[in-house]
Amino acid sequence: MTSIVKPPVKHPSLQTNALGLTKRDYEGAMSTLCAGCGHDSVTSALISAFWELDVPPHRAAKMSGIGCSSKTTAYFMKQSHGFNSVHGRMPSVTSGANAANRDLIYIGVSGDGDSLSIGLGQLCHAIRRNVNMLYVLENNGVYGLTKGQFSASADVGSTSKRGEANMNQPIDPCLLSMTLGATFVARSFSGDKAQLIPILKAGLMHNGFAMIDIISPCVSFNDHDGSTKSYKFTREHEVEIVHADFVPLRKEISAESNAAGGVTSVTMHDGSTVRFRRTAEDYDPTNRIGAYSHVKACGERGEIATGLLYLEEGSGGEMHTLNKTVKRPLVEIPQAELCPGSKALDELMAEFR
Amino acid sequence: MSGLNDFAFKIGTVNGTGSASANTMLMQSIFRMGIPVTGKNIFPSNIQGLPTWYEIRVSADGWNARPGELDLVVAMNPETLKQDIATVREGGYLMYDSSYPLPAELHRDGITFLGVPCGEMCVQSFVRDRDRVLLRNIIYTGALAALLDFDMTVVDELLNEKFAKKKAVLESNHKAVRLGYDFAKKHFACPLPFSLKQLDKTSKHILIDGNTAFALGAVYAGATVGAWYPITPSTSLMDAFKGFCEQYRTTPEGEKKFIIIQAEDELAAAGMVIGANWAGARAFTSTAGPGISLMQEFIGLAYYAEVPSVFVDVQRVGPSTGMPTRTQQSDLFSCAYASHGDTKHICIYPSDPKECFEMAPTAFDLAERFQTPVFVVTDLDIGMNDWMVPRFTWDDSYVPDRGKVLTAEEVAKAEKWGRYQDTGGGIPSRTLPGSGGKGAFFTRGSGHNLNAVYTEDSPEYQAVLDRIARKFRTAATKVPKAVIDGGGSDIGIIAVGGTNGAVTEGIALLRTQGIACDHMRIRGFPFGAEVEDFIKKHEHVFVVEQNRDAQLRSMLAIELGVPRDDMIAVLDYAGLPLTAKFVVDSVVHHVGLLAGVKA
Ligand SMILES: Cc1ncc(C[n+]2csc(CCOP(=O)(O)OP(=O)(O)O)c2C)c(N)n1
Ligand code: SF4
Ligand SMILES: [Mg+2]
Repeated sequence: MTSIVKPPVKHPSLQTNALGLTKRDYEGAMSTLCAGCGHDSVTSALISAFWELDVPPHRAAKMSGIGCSSKTTAYFMKQSHGFNSVHGRMPSVTSGANAANRDLIYIGVSGDGDSLSIGLGQLCHAIRRNVNMLYVLENNGVYGLTKGQFSASADVGSTSKRGEANMNQPIDPCLLSMTLGATFVARSFSGDKAQLIPILKAGLMHNGFAMIDIISPCVSFNDHDGSTKSYKFTREHEVEIVHADFVPLRKEISAESNAAGGVTSVTMHDGSTVRFRRTAEDYDPTNRIGAYSHVKACGERGEIATGLLYLEEGSGGEMHTLNKTVKRPLVEIPQAELCPGSKALDELMAEFR
Repeated sequence: MSGLNDFAFKIGTVNGTGSASANTMLMQSIFRMGIPVTGKNIFPSNIQGLPTWYEIRVSADGWNARPGELDLVVAMNPETLKQDIATVREGGYLMYDSSYPLPAELHRDGITFLGVPCGEMCVQSFVRDRDRVLLRNIIYTGALAALLDFDMTVVDELLNEKFAKKKAVLESNHKAVRLGYDFAKKHFACPLPFSLKQLDKTSKHILIDGNTAFALGAVYAGATVGAWYPITPSTSLMDAFKGFCEQYRTTPEGEKKFIIIQAEDELAAAGMVIGANWAGARAFTSTAGPGISLMQEFIGLAYYAEVPSVFVDVQRVGPSTGMPTRTQQSDLFSCAYASHGDTKHICIYPSDPKECFEMAPTAFDLAERFQTPVFVVTDLDIGMNDWMVPRFTWDDSYVPDRGKVLTAEEVAKAEKWGRYQDTGGGIPSRTLPGSGGKGAFFTRGSGHNLNAVYTEDSPEYQAVLDRIARKFRTAATKVPKAVIDGGGSDIGIIAVGGTNGAVTEGIALLRTQGIACDHMRIRGFPFGAEVEDFIKKHEHVFVVEQNRDAQLRSMLAIELGVPRDDMIAVLDYAGLPLTAKFVVDSVVHHVGLLAGVKA
């Protein structure tokens, strides 16, 4: 099988963004995933998020590992460079690319197998290093591409298609990220675009590592009764504990919406704003310990807590801030500035005796 | 054999007791007296408390291989005393700490024992416990200075430089040197029959190790990203890169024009190097055998997705953890044929620190020109020992070969651009992320066609693989050429890397025995035409290497089709730098056998 190229049909009626681009300009190759796969919905949410943010496609770099989820970087923004690396190792490739060129917008797409088993170490260390990227974890509780084995996010008691129950403790990527010091932690559902798109936009604009765990059901291997990652189960158990709206820098925040009850605003690195509407009382998405306990407690009750769960903007620093790297991307520094030259070498040689 | 400016000695101590700096000072003093010298540190994989040795060879003729014989051994470690006594050559000398009587059973006829009460003198002269430990080394240094006729102004000058900022320490060091020096002068016939005399053979040279040299070369080559995971014997390479970058690449405001990432493991280090090169930086990692093993999957990705990347393998001993602080050439295979599937890689083999420096730009140039992983294969002996080599020079007209990197405008001009299309010599062209226009493409390790589009179509898959094979053949003409010495003999000796000193010296010794040999030192893989030519021209071909299974010989057989058993394997894999004697003995043995066959 070879990849399927979409026919370039122009729709003059399509709406354009500030760059004069339509959503079609943010599309990629035709998806080869199963019809109904949650991952395809995430792809289309990503297309909307990038389009709405007016990101010039060539300024984004799409990174992924291996899995059905990791394939999806080919299905959006064909005008961006993409890197489908090896299983579980997308974080290191992204860290290296970001080290070299800090000016690009890095979007990493991974799966629960890719991220929480083979790639768990790399994920943890990318969080610790605070690599400036949006990390999208398309979570379906199984290894889709290898035909349905349990992944490390499968809940205890959740059953496989053949009826076998998982007995191992799950790893919750959100709790994990909060523990490791991530500055942006969110959970959403592939079936809830209204919630997903603003979170993706906020995550893309976040200055640092942004984790978004997206429940993204696998229709072929994990959408049956008994699975805790099915469409049905997710719809029934999802509890949105905080709702986030992302307001880009250019758009003014209207006094009216700000005045609405229970709204907290957090200003992002570039001046954009995230407005939180708490749906759970006393939930403070800027308090790490409080957020952790709340999400943990939801999990214990069998609820799936969603929303932009935790945001810490402006404190600490992403990888380059910590390294004190020059503002200019390293790839743009000319050789003349990098090479000390023959005179410096002659002087240095005198020290080696 | 030994004599003026021509001898070897060894110091046995316990690691973590400060002997390393005393030993370096001994070597530096000899170097500053203008006399060619080499030092080999034979140290344990441990931080404190195990035996360690330092071998110093003085050679007016400039031979730098590990000495075959020791004229003098300084045995400061009671635990290895017996062993150290046994390693002195017949008629040689043993210096020991006579603070404690030498056990009678350790006495050996035919050598001279020189007792210096280093410990006792320390206790009498110094109060602080730390001084009593550290200055013991300086006392034996002083005694050696008298016995071997060091220029004391040079020794004093080195101490002054070293402790310029610590007056009190400087004074006690001067005192300790004198204690040892005066004791030896008073009790022994100084100098010994072999000793030092000022020469002028080192003024155009430096003392440097290969790890430092490559790190400096990487700075000059324009590398901006280093990713690594600590492992002996490569650790000092990234440390040195960091030091040089801080020195040369930090703005007055303290901002860095480099980034060094200590990764969580070697897999991640490889991934970072690949990611950074993909984005357009010159990035590299330094590691050793166990790290190369962990990087295998990523190396295959870089090979097939054609991402430039530089891997320095400072080889150490053994399968598994092996002997981390000993030297070998046993990763020749695991570098050249790293990763699963159809892969093979460009390797370059420096033989000393000067080549480490010079081959750093070569490695980055080859990686970018051929868009592929490049291995710089060195070893512990080259990487961690101080070598005397000619001063490095730099040609300011050097322009990095960034290979075929197209801008958005160039892509637009090209009629039909495809990432993996052959643009000549099997080499494709690439674009960098962020460059815009129609140059965006998808990098993947899964099946792809010449236009970087996913494929499971057999001919499309093969077209890319065949082009990569063509690219590899082109590389054979661009890697550093083998260095060939001599000509006309029917014996040819092939060697690689850090054994060069021992092989060259061995060949000189063989000539004095009436056996003439030609010599070829391989410096790059894939092998150039000159390698095949050399093998064809010689009736008897010896391949000298430091591993058990004759990896280089097998590579020659695989790549050139020369029957493996037509080449005689000379194998040393005990973990120490090669000696000329080993080469001579092996060749003589075989020539003897050949003569027997002919007779
Ligand atoms: C080193 C290695 N081991 C195993 C595999 C096989 N493999 C491919 S995808 C995959 C699991 C993917 O699971 P996940 O990340 O959850 O993606 P999904 O398909 O569920 O979206 C595995 C085990 C591989 N590609 N590489
Ligand atoms: S197997 Fe599952 S995860 Fe993979 S494409 Fe099909 S539905 Fe999606
Ligand atoms: Mg999965």
